[in-house]
Amino acid sequence: MSLIDFLIRNRSEVLQLTLEHLLLVLVATGAAAVVGIPVGVVLTRKAALAKPVLAIANVLQTIPSLALFGFLIPILGSYGIGRLPAIIALFLYSLLPIIRNTFTGINGVDPAVREAARGMGMTDWQVLTQVELPLALNIIVAGVRVATVISVGTATIAAAIGAGGLGTYIFRGLRTVDRTLILAGAVPAAIMALGADFALGWIERILSPATVRVGAARKWLLGVGAAVVVMAVAYSFVSGALSGGGRRVIIGSKDFTESRILAELVAQEIEANTDIKVERAAELSGDLCHRELLAGQIDMYVEYTGTAFTAILKHKPISDPREVYDQVKRDYQSQFNVEWLEPLGFNNTFAILVRGVEARRLNLKTISDAARYASGWRAGFGQDFMSRQDGYPGFARTYGLKFSEPPREMDLSLSYQALAGGQVDLIAGNSTDGLIDKLGLFQLEDDRHYFPPYEAAPLVRRETLERYPQLAGAINRLAGKITNEQMRKLNYAIDAEKRDVTEVVREFLGQL
Amino acid sequence: MSSLADQASQTQSEPVIQFRDVSLTVKGGRALVEHLRFEVARGETLVLLGRSGSGKTTTLKLINRLLEPSGGEILVEGKPGREWDAIELRRRIGYVIQESGLFPHFTVERNIALVPRLKGWPEEKTRARVRELLDLVGLDADVFANRYPRELSGGQRQRIGVARALAADPPIVLMDEPFGALDPLTRAELQREFAALSKRLNKSIVFVTHDIREAFLLASRIGLFKDGKLVVLATPKEFAESDDPEAKAFNDSLNTDLT
Repeated sequence: MSLIDFLIRNRSEVLQLTLEHLLLVLVATGAAAVVGIPVGVVLTRKAALAKPVLAIANVLQTIPSLALFGFLIPILGSYGIGRLPAIIALFLYSLLPIIRNTFTGINGVDPAVREAARGMGMTDWQVLTQVELPLALNIIVAGVRVATVISVGTATIAAAIGAGGLGTYIFRGLRTVDRTLILAGAVPAAIMALGADFALGWIERILSPATVRVGAARKWLLGVGAAVVVMAVAYSFVSGALSGGGRRVIIGSKDFTESRILAELVAQEIEANTDIKVERAAELSGDLCHRELLAGQIDMYVEYTGTAFTAILKHKPISDPREVYDQVKRDYQSQFNVEWLEPLGFNNTFAILVRGVEARRLNLKTISDAARYASGWRAGFGQDFMSRQDGYPGFARTYGLKFSEPPREMDLSLSYQALAGGQVDLIAGNSTDGLIDKLGLFQLEDDRHYFPPYEAAPLVRRETLERYPQLAGAINRLAGKITNEQMRKLNYAIDAEKRDVTEVVREFLGQL
Repeated sequence: MSSLADQASQTQSEPVIQFRDVSLTVKGGRALVEHLRFEVARGETLVLLGRSGSGKTTTLKLINRLLEPSGGEILVEGKPGREWDAIELRRRIGYVIQESGLFPHFTVERNIALVPRLKGWPEEKTRARVRELLDLVGLDADVFANRYPRELSGGQRQRIGVARALAADPPIVLMDEPFGALDPLTRAELQREFAALSKRLNKSIVFVTHDIREAFLLASRIGLFKDGKLVVLATPKEFAESDDPEAKAFNDSLNTDLT
């Protein structure tokens, strides 16, 4: 699908992400201007401070943005993800160009003019406001311009900590190796950066002392600029305050296709069966969903039992699905005040895959069946499977597997193609991957129950369930409704056919 | 103007500016000026003459407190410098510098009206004063009032600089090489006009220059600086006959130029 098609089909989401992006940038650079310009002015008055302050601002700007976001998470505690840390990080990045330009702009004012101003009996404040700032204004605006352009770019990375914005598309695209999606985030961001650069460059020229007869234009521009920043800040506070009230729940999702589908499923099921409003939070990577849930920033998300069991609760992997589910349910109740609702049905675990034709020819059903032929086969596995605790070594031991040569390590998505193309004969994929059906692959049954279960089930804060007693019933209508095969189809519709999540989910729920 | 005349007659005998053993030493012990003792009488034009770095500009800035002395005392209108509010003092002293120091983002009108507006004059009076001053420095108000400094020639800028310094009718005017950056013809023209103007204005003027001809043209008295010290203080006539080696050097340069 072409970029233009994508943007047209998803225009409301594109618009929303663009506005989110713009808001992040405006609030952050606006705040940086409000702080940075006075700091720059103070530095021109206290020369001894100039070096250390500029050095600190310099260092701040050299911190890689992802690392800065990482530092902010523990510092800000429960506010460590979402818009606030993104704004703080962008604010810190914006400070240096604004402080530096204010400082150099004012210091660059003709000394004769400054001396005349003082000699004529202007107070320091009058010299600053009537002479230095007006004469340095175009250079200060140039600093704001640099800060804004940097912020537009850096804000794309803020999607990693759930701040939304156009980076959401870029990260989605990177994960699914989808060029269109990457461009859908990058192109609007680039246009925004160029637009800001052009607009502020134009303002800069108008404000230049070399341009004469601009008194009125200057005042008008300053007024409009101030109004835009004030409105953006006000909007961000008001929208934040409004979303706090009313009958509404916030549903989070992890940053991959399946999690987005499941969040949308739960969201539409709640909307269809209750009068509760559902807000969809931005996608979060790693264990950020877990943190946000505990912090009360989101009310619910869909988690996998195996992930909770090993990654969050740090238990040793076990293979009985019922036992794992009961254990995580108990632990979450006692440790986190969070309820596990009924599993949705499918199990997204490692899937040992062979070509479908091969499975039919040799009448293979289970991994044990296949183990007999393995000595003549080649295997290809992703790095993840080769290295993790519940991966290859234990797997080979459990089934007594020996391949004709040591397994090749390859990219997960490439291994599907390699299997279909006959370069390898057995791979470990994900059991809900849409490519399994598409490429005519066959999943062998884990008859010795080696792989721990990764059943998907909705997690909800107990507080939320108590406030909305009808919620659990509505969500549990989905219990056991989604088979592995259905999940594959849903994933395929999004990843391969590039269809819209909302639409695909609506269609699926209509068929249930 | 009449109040100024009253003031003048009351304090006729008292010098407007008095330097009492004034020194300014910077960090490291270097003296920019030392042991300055002189007075400026009401209505006179004292020209401070000397080579670059001899301390004449420093002396000027000590008067309007852009610099503070490290020793001695400066009296302005009989009142010790440090008892003056610096801002108030500067608004009573006109100030013209070499590069004019006009505000590039202000029109000619706003540049000239600066001190009257700082002092809170009524708008009508200020505007009338601006026209009067433009007329005084020989520029047509209708043509120049709304121009910006960059739309003026160097000579016109310096005329505006003079007009700005005179705007609030200060009893004292300090001028730091005001014509130094002009081409010789324009300089000569402005010097002649200013010599005539200063006689009419009855201001106490302290004028810094390194140009001996300018000094002879404008001065009631000439103060010669060398290495931060005032080495000669004399009328132009006395100065021309001085035995001081530095004064001789300046006088000789005049003769060399003429031949």
